[in-house]
Amino acid sequence: MTIALDAPTAGPRRWRKPPMIADARLRYALYALILVYLYVALSSVTVNYARILVGLDRGAAFVSGFLSPNFTTRWRDISNGMLESLTMTVISTAVGVLLSIPVALGAARNVAPPPIYVACRGLIAVSRAFQEVVIAIVFVAMFGFGPFAGAMTLAFSTIGFLGKLLAEDIEDIDRAQVEAIRASGASWPQLMNYAVQPQVAPRFIGLCLYRLDINFREASVIGIVGAGGIGATLNTALARYEYDSAAAILLSIIVVVFIAEYSSGFIRKRFL
Amino acid sequence: MPVIEAGDHRVWRRRDRAEQLRNWLIWLVGTALFIVCWRFISERTIWIFVLDAPQQAWDMAVRMSNPPMGYFNRILQPMWDTVNMATIGTLIAIAIATPVAFLAASNTTPSVYFVRPVALAIIVTSRSINALIWALLLVLVVGPGLLAGIIAIALRSIGFIGKLLYEAIEEIDETQVEAIRATGAQPTQVLSYGIWPQVLPAFAGISVYRWDINIREATILGLVGAGGIGVQLQASVNSLAWGQVSVIFMAILVTVVFSEWVSAKVRHAVL
Amino acid sequence: MLQIDNLTMRYPTGDLALDDVSVAVERGQVIALIGPSGAGKSTLIRCVNRLVQPSAGAIRLGGEDIVKMGVGDLRRARRRMGMIFQEYALVERLSVMENVLSGQLGYVGFWRSLLRRFPQPAVDEAFRLLGRVGLDHMVDKRADALSGGQRQRVGIARALIQNPDILLVDEPTASLDPKTSRQIMRLIVELCHERGLAAIINIHDVPLAMMFVERIVGLRAGRIVYDGPPKGLTDQRLTEIYGEEDWSGTRAEDDEDEPPAHRKVAAAVGPPELQKAAGA
Repeated sequence: MTIALDAPTAGPRRWRKPPMIADARLRYALYALILVYLYVALSSVTVNYARILVGLDRGAAFVSGFLSPNFTTRWRDISNGMLESLTMTVISTAVGVLLSIPVALGAARNVAPPPIYVACRGLIAVSRAFQEVVIAIVFVAMFGFGPFAGAMTLAFSTIGFLGKLLAEDIEDIDRAQVEAIRASGASWPQLMNYAVQPQVAPRFIGLCLYRLDINFREASVIGIVGAGGIGATLNTALARYEYDSAAAILLSIIVVVFIAEYSSGFIRKRFL
Repeated sequence: MPVIEAGDHRVWRRRDRAEQLRNWLIWLVGTALFIVCWRFISERTIWIFVLDAPQQAWDMAVRMSNPPMGYFNRILQPMWDTVNMATIGTLIAIAIATPVAFLAASNTTPSVYFVRPVALAIIVTSRSINALIWALLLVLVVGPGLLAGIIAIALRSIGFIGKLLYEAIEEIDETQVEAIRATGAQPTQVLSYGIWPQVLPAFAGISVYRWDINIREATILGLVGAGGIGVQLQASVNSLAWGQVSVIFMAILVTVVFSEWVSAKVRHAVL
Repeated sequence: MLQIDNLTMRYPTGDLALDDVSVAVERGQVIALIGPSGAGKSTLIRCVNRLVQPSAGAIRLGGEDIVKMGVGDLRRARRRMGMIFQEYALVERLSVMENVLSGQLGYVGFWRSLLRRFPQPAVDEAFRLLGRVGLDHMVDKRADALSGGQRQRVGIARALIQNPDILLVDEPTASLDPKTSRQIMRLIVELCHERGLAAIINIHDVPLAMMFVERIVGLRAGRIVYDGPPKGLTDQRLTEIYGEEDWSGTRAEDDEDEPPAHRKVAAAVGPPELQKAAGA
């Protein structure tokens, strides 16, 4: 207690909130840098007002298409594309989940030997670095146009997504439980089954449902680069300026996304 | 009961009969669904092409393994545009999503019956449409270029940031807010002293996380004409210039690794 | 000075938390509110500054009825009531100084508070209070880096910088060890005497309450069942409040050799009129 109740201090003590970066020069340099960046970045954006003026008519046409969506004219294409998207979702999630488990085991530092660890981490890093559509371009070139390439694309992305999260969960498990099972003389597969699986399974099932959700969203766009699904239908409709059909396609995507999200949320709440 | 009395000894099973049946049923339905889907896809697949895939892959690998490094200079500008698109798009999304999140959170919304549903509707709409589809639509309206990409990224990110942020706001410690309210503070002061400091780490974390995702998303928007590296990628793929494609891939990989490093740093700093 | 009349509080769930409670607190009087968990102690003090909206009754601090106040008047009334919380309720991610100054929010406009530009007299007072509670050296530490006792001291400084007429104190020692609990109670009572502040201290620890305050109100199931000096709190009275239990050892100061701690505190630091009262 340096200051007693009645001991007057010399002059008023000022108080200012200490700034996050103590060095004032560094702080102002950083502010300047941010301003310069914003200026440079924004100046590279060109806005063509004449084009936007033309486009606004199209935007209006599209909005009116949304108010009266046309499901009938392109019904065959829509139902076909939707079925492709859905089947791609199922296949890619199933394959991706099955393959992600060994990859995750390989990418968990506490259960995998170093060379396998590096290989699996590398696979995960590549799969995560590239957007699904970029991978789809490569896979379409390899497997040809159609839903097979799309399913493989999404399976590959699923491996990276689930592999990383599951590997992190495995690395975070309680070591005491593993030691207890190991002490009973269990083999490696028994160890995985009795010590690791019970600890990571509930969250993993939740993550699989989440990924199912993502896979459908992506399955609805990778058709744009020829990998099957409703994306191709949408692209065609927009290219032909059939806004009412495009609106119908978008609405059906949104409906399925809703159903997928709510049912996976329901399953997670109800059973996990 | 998993323990069954069988004469003089008790048999232990992991699951009882009903549970066992249910389990089998789930697997049966799952497998059947998988087979049906597989047949559907296989009907639409030209298997000769698929069987040919190893050959194709080898071919591509050979052509990609000799990238023309000179091409690198030509994609610097598009890569820069890609990063800018992600950054500006994210900033716009943050500016819009933050107030929307406060309107959507049940403990900060001014009206549970009127304002909250509107805010939630904004979040849901934005979330259910992919950035690439937003770009597709925006290219029609504002024309090809960075602007369409920026708006597409912003529109998709509003829902993402808004949802995670409003969930974070709903999880704050109410007693800290109560303490500020008890001092006679105005609602805006309660917000800035009691609530904002508590959601700040989540806010920063969510923002850089979305920025990180947006860098990846921005690499593909060019495929539909919305600017960035995707334009070059499209051109190179169409002309089967796989060497150029591999240069682009390397550039994307480096950028993504860099953005992941930055976002990890920022998240670490605000904790 | 604080007049609570026929206060009733029924939660939307139908639970009757307070049932026709009437209490008057005089200027400079420190009272302890005791009673079992769920008796309505917390609800009562939260009704006073209307963090909880009572169902019926009147609360007067000086003049107007707080229960019927509009938003603006309520904010002004809240400035005159400092509140100290059980789990400290500091804003964890703000610094000690920001937490203390947040007690001034009722007096400062939004922009000033946003930019942390508080008037110099407020800053002076904050420094003085931090010195008084012994935290002068931790001004720019973040609140979540402090120990429990230190946090509660910041909480006290935050309540006092409001320059209140009354302190509402909710279980100030529930999360603290016995030694720190005594220190915090002594500090609160001392500060009340220094400033002639009234206080309602909601507390579980009966012996601690009897050590420091001059008046005790016992609450059971939302009703007042005891209101008087600590001395009158017999085993029979405690049974009325808490239910059947062996109460021996609860009242440590039964022997009259030394005066109770509140007298000592008042005699030592209180303003002259209180010292006189304590000595008399």
